[in-house]
Amino acid sequence: MSATDSTADGAGQEPTRRDFLYVTTGAVAAVGVGAVAWPLIHQMNPDASTKALASVEVDIGAIEPGQSIRVMWRGKPVFIRNRTDEEVEAAKAVPLDDLPDPQTDEERATPDNGNLLIMVGVCTHLGCIPLGEAGEYNGWFCPCHGSHYDTSGRIRKGPAPANLEIPEYTFLTDTTVRIG
Amino acid sequence: MSPIPSEKYVPQSAFMKWMEARLPIWGFLYPTAIAYPTPRNLNYFWTFGGILSFCLVVQIITGIVLAMHYTANVDMAFNSVEHIMRNVNYGWLIRYVHSNGASMFFLAVYIHMFRGLYYGSYKAPREVLWILGVIIFLLMMATAFMGYVLPWGQMSFWGATVIINLVGALPLVGDWITTWLLGGFAVGNPTLNRFFSLHYLLPFMIAGVVILHIWALHVPGNNNPTGVSVKTKQDTLPFHPYITMKDAFALVLFMILFAAFVFYAPNILGHTDNYIKANPLVTPAHIVPEWYLLPFYAILRAVPSKLGGVLLMFGSIGVLFILPWLDTSKVRSGAYRPLFKQFFWIFVVVCLGLGYLGAQPAEGGYVIAARILTTMYFLFFLAVLPLLGLFEKTKPLPNSITESVLGKNGGGGMAGAAASGATAAPESKA
Repeated sequence: MSATDSTADGAGQEPTRRDFLYVTTGAVAAVGVGAVAWPLIHQMNPDASTKALASVEVDIGAIEPGQSIRVMWRGKPVFIRNRTDEEVEAAKAVPLDDLPDPQTDEERATPDNGNLLIMVGVCTHLGCIPLGEAGEYNGWFCPCHGSHYDTSGRIRKGPAPANLEIPEYTFLTDTTVRIG
Repeated sequence: MSPIPSEKYVPQSAFMKWMEARLPIWGFLYPTAIAYPTPRNLNYFWTFGGILSFCLVVQIITGIVLAMHYTANVDMAFNSVEHIMRNVNYGWLIRYVHSNGASMFFLAVYIHMFRGLYYGSYKAPREVLWILGVIIFLLMMATAFMGYVLPWGQMSFWGATVIINLVGALPLVGDWITTWLLGGFAVGNPTLNRFFSLHYLLPFMIAGVVILHIWALHVPGNNNPTGVSVKTKQDTLPFHPYITMKDAFALVLFMILFAAFVFYAPNILGHTDNYIKANPLVTPAHIVPEWYLLPFYAILRAVPSKLGGVLLMFGSIGVLFILPWLDTSKVRSGAYRPLFKQFFWIFVVVCLGLGYLGAQPAEGGYVIAARILTTMYFLFFLAVLPLLGLFEKTKPLPNSITESVLGKNGGGGMAGAAASGATAAPESKA
């Protein structure tokens, strides 16, 4: 089993009682170290009070076409935009082959209202807040490192690897949505 | 290669004899910090080790004092910094010394690093010494980054957001690690608190690695401008008073520059946006790190892929770890390497250029320029240094340090006795 035993007793010997005790003691010690280390590591993960804020309810009834609101969710802004028909058409007209992260506009807009778009307003590159109605595609533009998103929030140009994230949400009524 | 052994301490007084028999601390310090034989030809670029020790002490002392008045909470941090500036007795002075002290620390460390690069101080037998230095540099960057977050201004917040999100580029575990580092889903109170804790801890870790750095320095002894190893006692001078006085004079000059920033332009190296309280809903139009991180930021942004940019940025420092094995030249000092000298200065300009580009918006010609300079940065390490050693015709080395200082005659018999190969003979084991 161990190198010292094989040199002392010659190779090919059966593992001794002592070998067994070494290995089991080491295994128990490793479990002990892990059990102590894990609380010290896990304490840095989001605490209960942070997780308790994990969902928000928003009234979206007053958002006219062409208007957007921003709400805070998990310390990040969520963009809720009632898009104009032109913006939706522009988004639908884009061939999927042109997209680094292919997604149709239908997959991103809310199911019942194709004009309404709810997404996390955090650039998928390094976490800046993109500016609305800006950039080369008249969607969102991140000023930090120059990522351009289209009117569907899909990445079109720049260093960001993915489309703006669509959070989990459910409509509680026609005008109230719960995010998270 | 072993250097000239240091003179031993022999206790004279009855008290010191008693003490040395119990705790031989002076017996350790005397040969290490007083009698330690140092090459006699060290120029002023060798004074930055002492200057850096001074910087670390200044940062620790001012930092401990600032921590007595600072509050690490997202609602109070920004105001507590203004409280230090306006209400605390001499708070403005202590904070300006601390914030400008970080810049002076990096100014000194960059000169120190370029010195090591030019004179080949990373080459055998000083590889471990160099690697410990790179570790100190990494710890310094981590400390400075976390310290910059503490005032909780706009640049604090968004700088932290951008840098922590870099980790998210890692495949599979990226998001998990990002949340773990943040202690939430975005930069917030848990992030500020842990950064304060670590910002207090890391300088002491730096001090620990500095001790290893000095230990690793004292085994082979100092490199010197000729790169020729110390051969005889005549090549050296005792550390005290010769080097201590030279270090002290350089330190005074450095402190004049330091004071000029603190008293006449305390905010010139900072960003005005950091006097706006952090706002998670508004990203500043143009996020820039502190000046000393700009070259690495430029490399990050030069790459059109998130993971690629992150890897290249860390690679730009990672390559320093293997530098001792990338440089194939047997001649240490750049003073005897005509081609290396030219590439070295091009490299300096490349680094400064990357620093300039890191402060510019990431668009158009700036991105193209950053790509070219990033390529040149890596080519210097991965192509120029390995190839130069094979093709470069180096200038003849002096036989000894003494000969280089006093000329062949002044060197007397000592130089002749120790000389082996006069021409471009590689500096090997002596």
